[in-house]
Amino acid sequence: MMAGYFASAWAVSWRYLHNLYTKPAVFIPSLLFPLFFLAAFAGGLSAVSDAPGFNYYDFTAFQFCFVLIQASALAGVFAGFSIASDFELGMGRRMMLATTHRSAIVVGYGFGAALRLIVTWTVITAVALLAGMSVKGSGIDLVGMYSLGLLANIAALLFSSGIALRFRSLQAGPLMQMPVFITLFLAPVYVPQNLLTGWIEPAASVNPVTASMNAARSLMAGDPSGILLAYGAAFGLIVVMGFWAIGGLRSAETAG
Amino acid sequence: MPGAATLPSRSVLPIQVAAMAARSVTRLLRQPAAIVPSVIFPLFLLAVNAGGLNSAVDIPGFPTDSYITFAIAFTFIQAAIFSTMNAGQGLAQDIENGFFSRLVLTPMRPSALMAGQLAGLVLLGQFQALLYLAVGLAAGAHFAAGIAGYFVLALLVSIISIGFGGLGLIMAIRTGSGEAVQGMFPIMFVLLFFSSMALPRNLIEQDWYRFLATINPVSYLIEAIRSLFITGWNGEALALGFGVAIVLAVLSIFFAARSLKGRMLK
Repeated sequence: MMAGYFASAWAVSWRYLHNLYTKPAVFIPSLLFPLFFLAAFAGGLSAVSDAPGFNYYDFTAFQFCFVLIQASALAGVFAGFSIASDFELGMGRRMMLATTHRSAIVVGYGFGAALRLIVTWTVITAVALLAGMSVKGSGIDLVGMYSLGLLANIAALLFSSGIALRFRSLQAGPLMQMPVFITLFLAPVYVPQNLLTGWIEPAASVNPVTASMNAARSLMAGDPSGILLAYGAAFGLIVVMGFWAIGGLRSAETAG
Repeated sequence: MPGAATLPSRSVLPIQVAAMAARSVTRLLRQPAAIVPSVIFPLFLLAVNAGGLNSAVDIPGFPTDSYITFAIAFTFIQAAIFSTMNAGQGLAQDIENGFFSRLVLTPMRPSALMAGQLAGLVLLGQFQALLYLAVGLAAGAHFAAGIAGYFVLALLVSIISIGFGGLGLIMAIRTGSGEAVQGMFPIMFVLLFFSSMALPRNLIEQDWYRFLATINPVSYLIEAIRSLFITGWNGEALALGFGVAIVLAVLSIFFAARSLKGRMLK
């Protein structure tokens, strides 16, 4: 039973990755997007680290952590685009008929999105290191940091698959992308949380992405803090988004 | 005279422009889903940047003590860049659904078609300029140039809208595809981000980034609008901004007109 379930998930995952890596027009922009943000923020805003109270050890590393979480989350959203496209073109219905348990479809896309991350992480990490980023965290710290990226990826995938399965059309793309984009930018992107002022300060303090971003930066600096809160918030988000995705699956099943 | 029946006299041109402009404006008003994001998204980024980067005003040499006063110029340019998409999308839609082909069979002049498309953008640009100025002032931005400065701002925004709108028209005419016009968005975003949008050029520490910001014409557009907010009347910044905007508008309209003639002959 379980073997059949994972075989279905793996087939969906393989198909997703095959489609992705054989279409440069789809794959390359999604890879360039985080690199562009890394270059624009780490390069253009480095003078911000001279502001009083900005006490992080390296501005490129500081921005890298944002780009890591952002790229991971957007990889989940892009997988949601693929789900919507498959259902729009009728492939989704065929996949639903072919699987014993339909949640294997979402799990399959989840595997694919997670495997896709390996390429994205490798490229952005290599570029950041070439740009002179220094890493203070130990191996375990870095595993913890990348794991936070993986959790952001899963949460974003579940959110966007919930949208994709309800609308079953690529026209719902902005509904998947914009909330994730806005949530990411309501975290401390440019400066540490203690330097935020105005309305964004309370918004960032209740944003679960803030906990992930702060924890990732502390792990990168080799001075872990707020780890339990970050993992707790991320797992909590995954549970909520899991129910959202299951609801979407039921909606797609009802629609036939 | 052969062909005389197909060419309208000069006095018909204003009527044609007015008709196309009315259509362009009506279409914009009937598609809130197309224009609302282009109005709201720049305000959202302004709010995020103003909150997130406010501590940048403590950097020695920063030209103002209010980051929103510094950052609001970026909002106007971002909106103008969105207008590239709106103009191109509208014309590409006309080409895709066959309206353009039917229009070619009428005595409509190409200049009337283009002017009409751009008129809607100029109107949207004026609405955005007024809205962003009002929101900025309400949020604590200073507008040093005063009431006369508003008219200069409105004029500059109009020229910039025409310039970027022309780029959208070129893409639409050459490709005839709304998807291709949308594909221009990332390129426009790169132009926007690799500029002096977040920090003054003299405070950008990375040499390669400062070089890109210096050769990027968008920096001069932002700095001209920014000068109206921060210093009031800075002749050099305004001359550079208007110069870049006029060159962009003239070139984009010239190439759009050439492309349009080519498509009409097809």
